Amino acid sequence: MIAVVKYDAGNVRSVLNALDRAGARDVVLTSDPELLRSASKVILPGVGEASTALESLRKEGLDTLIPTLTNPVLGICIGLQLLCQASEEGNVRGMGVFPAHVRRFVPGEGIKVPHMGWNSLSQLEGPLFKGIDEGTYFYFVHSYRADICEDTAAVCDHGGNFSAAICRGNFYGVQFHPEKSGAAGEKVLKNFLAI
Amino acid sequence: MVAKRIIPCLDVTGGRTVKGVNFVSLRDAGDPVDLGRKYALEGADELVFLDISATVEERATFFALVERIAREIDIPFTVGGGISTLEQAGNLLEAGADKVSVNSAAVRNPDLIDGIASHFGSQFVTVAIDARVVEGKWVVTTHGGRKMTERELFEWAHEAQERGAGEILFTSMDHDGTRNGYPCETYAALADILSIPVIASGGAGSVDDIARVLVEGRADAALAASIFHYNEIPVPVLKRELRRMNINVRI
Repeated sequence: MIAVVKYDAGNVRSVLNALDRAGARDVVLTSDPELLRSASKVILPGVGEASTALESLRKEGLDTLIPTLTNPVLGICIGLQLLCQASEEGNVRGMGVFPAHVRRFVPGEGIKVPHMGWNSLSQLEGPLFKGIDEGTYFYFVHSYRADICEDTAAVCDHGGNFSAAICRGNFYGVQFHPEKSGAAGEKVLKNFLAI
Repeated sequence: MVAKRIIPCLDVTGGRTVKGVNFVSLRDAGDPVDLGRKYALEGADELVFLDISATVEERATFFALVERIAREIDIPFTVGGGISTLEQAGNLLEAGADKVSVNSAAVRNPDLIDGIASHFGSQFVTVAIDARVVEGKWVVTTHGGRKMTERELFEWAHEAQERGAGEILFTSMDHDGTRNGYPCETYAALADILSIPVIASGGAGSVDDIARVLVEGRADAALAASIFHYNEIPVPVLKRELRRMNINVRI
């Protein structure tokens, strides 16, 4: 069973649709701790704003549960950011799984905020990117980004390098939206499901 | 660096894609999901589906269509056409749309932008602006360019950004449909005053036109309809040519 974490963090429809396209069956949208512990995979999606999202996880007691999970966990977009140490957005402390801080992009010459659109990745590492070439483009929509850290698994550049993916133990996070990144995104999802 | 985006736009009514010929006669161009999927496979970066329905019955089919697009297409898509309430925007989000574009309704009721942005995030709201030059000034128009407003393009675009728009889609009604290219200086002026992405729309007749608005006009994306629908410039050809001109596009 694949558990998608149910909490108030925007629309999860597109993640469910993408899992379906990737051939995943037995997908459950849940906030039940037992189901999250027993699932073969856990996906923490999220669009929107970090402090609201974290507050919603707290209400369900999930902010303390998720870091203790031992099954493979994939955070997407805000999901990755919530797994970091702390975020400038709403000044929140994250779940502390990834040793990275989350900061806002600084607008500048040719640097638009939000970072919206397709950008290429480099320094790909780990099982998520098996079979994916350096320089492959993925779809991003975000105004905050995680620093580069020792567990960075992919690097992206938008007015400076940031973590496009982080991998630490059984925890994985991607800043881009695999569910909206065409064939390459589907490959990342399939790679995660195959872990 | 983030790539410049190429965005085919599909006009939909009664659940079918139509090709407009100067807004007079409409020709059926098939299933929007099939056409959208074809563009996605060819390398389109995003899609826009515009509801041009005139009747309630046709509108009902559009909503079901959005759910189907979300299930079957794996790149981001925007829906637009007649969105005037927060509730409509929320329903489209639930149906799986990645963004909504608002136009006339936002001019009439600018609070709509703040409402959508604060409830669903700035990334969810594109403000589309149609304008034309009147006595040397870019005047915002509504209802497909038929109605003049009191608003001026730059002032309105900036206000839309401050109210929470995630991007601006600007169409010059003086250039739309002419195939003579875009007003690049105007796009560059928009890029100067805005910190959010700008999408250029209306006027593309050649690869050079699109290259110019992306480089000289500093637009972040180019949206077009007829050059793709009539297969005059297929998406892969366009992207290959742009890449050859050293423009950063996703291939």
